[in-house]
Amino acid sequence: MRLQSILSGVVCVALFALGSGCNKPAGGDPKTIKIVSSLPRTGSAKGQTDTIVNGIKLALEEADYKVGDFKIEFLDLDDATAIDGKWTSERETANAEQAVKDPDVMAYIGPYNSGAAAVSMPILNKADLLMISPAATWPGLTKPGKGAPGEPEKHRPAGKVNFTRVVPADDLQGPLGADWAKEMGVKKVYILHDNEVYGKGIAELFRDRAKELKLQVLGFDAVDYKQSDFRTKMGDIAKEAPDLLYFGGTSQSGAPQIVKEMVNVGLAGKTKLMVPDGCFEDAFVTGAGVENFGKLETFVTFGGLPSNQLTGKGKEFYDKYKAKYNIEPEAYAVYGYEAGKVALKAIEKAARKDRAAILAAALSIRDFDGAMGKWSFDENGDTSLTTMSGSKIDARGVPQFVKPLTLK
Amino acid sequence: MPPLLAESFSPELQSLVQYFINGLTIGMLYALIALGYTMVYGIIELINFAHGDLFMLGCFFAMTVLSVIGLTGGAVAGAGTGMLVLGVVLMFLLTPIFAGAANWAVDRVIYKPLRDAPKLAALVSAIGVSFIFMNIGQFWNALIREDGKPVQAASDRSFPGLVAPTNLLTDYGLQFTYRDLLIVVVTVPIMIGLTIFVKYTRLGRAMRATAQNPTAARLMGIDIDRVIRATFVIGGALAGVASVIYALTITRIGYTVGFQNGLYAFTAAVLGGIGNIPGAVLGGLLIGLVRALGDGYVGSEWSSALVFLILILILVFRPSGLLGVHTREKV
Repeated sequence: MRLQSILSGVVCVALFALGSGCNKPAGGDPKTIKIVSSLPRTGSAKGQTDTIVNGIKLALEEADYKVGDFKIEFLDLDDATAIDGKWTSERETANAEQAVKDPDVMAYIGPYNSGAAAVSMPILNKADLLMISPAATWPGLTKPGKGAPGEPEKHRPAGKVNFTRVVPADDLQGPLGADWAKEMGVKKVYILHDNEVYGKGIAELFRDRAKELKLQVLGFDAVDYKQSDFRTKMGDIAKEAPDLLYFGGTSQSGAPQIVKEMVNVGLAGKTKLMVPDGCFEDAFVTGAGVENFGKLETFVTFGGLPSNQLTGKGKEFYDKYKAKYNIEPEAYAVYGYEAGKVALKAIEKAARKDRAAILAAALSIRDFDGAMGKWSFDENGDTSLTTMSGSKIDARGVPQFVKPLTLK
Repeated sequence: MPPLLAESFSPELQSLVQYFINGLTIGMLYALIALGYTMVYGIIELINFAHGDLFMLGCFFAMTVLSVIGLTGGAVAGAGTGMLVLGVVLMFLLTPIFAGAANWAVDRVIYKPLRDAPKLAALVSAIGVSFIFMNIGQFWNALIREDGKPVQAASDRSFPGLVAPTNLLTDYGLQFTYRDLLIVVVTVPIMIGLTIFVKYTRLGRAMRATAQNPTAARLMGIDIDRVIRATFVIGGALAGVASVIYALTITRIGYTVGFQNGLYAFTAAVLGGIGNIPGAVLGGLLIGLVRALGDGYVGSEWSSALVFLILILILVFRPSGLLGVHTREKV
């Protein structure tokens, strides 16, 4: 089934290249609607995206792959390559174009990375195709004035909103991290980042808030995560003896090595480590070595609550997920589930197979009764949820919920 | 108490010395991998792109050895010194054998039938082998369980820290740990041994003769196939040693480590003059140093650029590399 869809997509793209008419708006079966996801399915983010796809499938299964008269098909696209081990702009572009050219595709779940979103947003924007990201959290993708100059307009060449996300953006997470650090009694912080859209962005937001809170920022530097070690940098940091090191990055962009280096240079016990939600997964712990978390105090911030802290519909989701896949859902599973639910809801509200109508229906979602409580989309396509949570990774490498973090 | 204490020399000098320590230790590791590139190139003019990934497979082999004797994850903390020493010794014995054998097998199955084909055929095959190795690495990673739990095939994982990162130079305000000592103690004798081997033994002389002129070497009665086999085995074994050192010092392995470090090692080989053994060592040390100094004084995001900038500059003025003497047809 899946192979067939992929093949038909490929054939379609090939035919289009030859100039024949696969681009007709009303191709395929008028009663079939496709939802695609574009996530890094190979490489080191696979653990997280497996769980997201499981979440999406769970949402679709609950609806029995049907909305009204429409039959729903799901296509799981990969925007990563094995060689790079992470998303590439070529793959993300190809996925976006495949989605645009397939007239049955009505919703695009993804991408996972903010950098990838910046690549596919302009393509999908021109096609009125609804995007629902379960994980891309760079504020500049949606919020005017919160990102780089020209954002978010440059992602929206058609001048309208088509990108939504069910996960709170980093303009909350960075500052809330700084607030939390202050509460812990931290006075001196050193900030490192991976020089990527997500990591650097969140590190800057953390830094700005830390300055507001009168924390002493000892340094703000990038690391080259493709290197085998950051020893020189960490040696220099150790001399400054910060109370907390904040790393803006993910478990794929050097976070595990940061843990190791901190322990190696003897910072464990003196300096705490705080990382954002890109490290809220098993891969971070396996990469860093469980034993190191017994030595180094490590804190993780995360948008929303961990799956096992959810209540109501969220609790139902958690139980169903565990029953079906026989494993604890990773942090983003619930966002995959929620993204799937939103796609279904939008199709149901629009009640016709039309991209613009489905997009409008999605953007008009208010008081959505989801797994993370009641929330709405604002005019930028952002969720109204503002609850974040802080967890501490215990000596067995398991994140333990510490407290909810809310904006004051 | 040693006479020279941390306070007696300036912080700037202290940092400089530290950067040199960091650079030279990682440089030795690059050199060890670079030797495999340079030796194979010297003999059959093949840039064996799979070499870095062979190094990566060596890391997984070493991890397998440890898991067989029960030293994984949490078990390491509770293990006695004897067990740790046993683990280290076994890895250093078995991994070079594995890597040497694997390299021999690749040569036998893939490169040997292409010996008389155009050079590009072997080169492209080498890239193919590199991809195959990377995929094997992923499967292998998934096969080694962590305390009985499955792990993600593609994510990096922690290698048990059998050698403690205890600092030996605290008094001087420097960081030089047992791990750094391990690099020096293993690498330096190997390099000296290799130099002696190539200079003074029969096989070593045969290798040099083959490198200079294969046809003439064959006319002199040298069994060239045997020389090539030996080169692959020795180069592979060196990569195996490098794997163990890397795993024990960096303590994080993954299927991509071969690509990253292989690239640096290959650059080291070119920098020193590909085909030239002392050149590879010099190149490795130089790259390590440039990287550490770049990290320290310029910023980590520029270090890689700096390394390749220096490579370009050197190749502009000395196209055959620092110690390369004769330029032969390059692929």
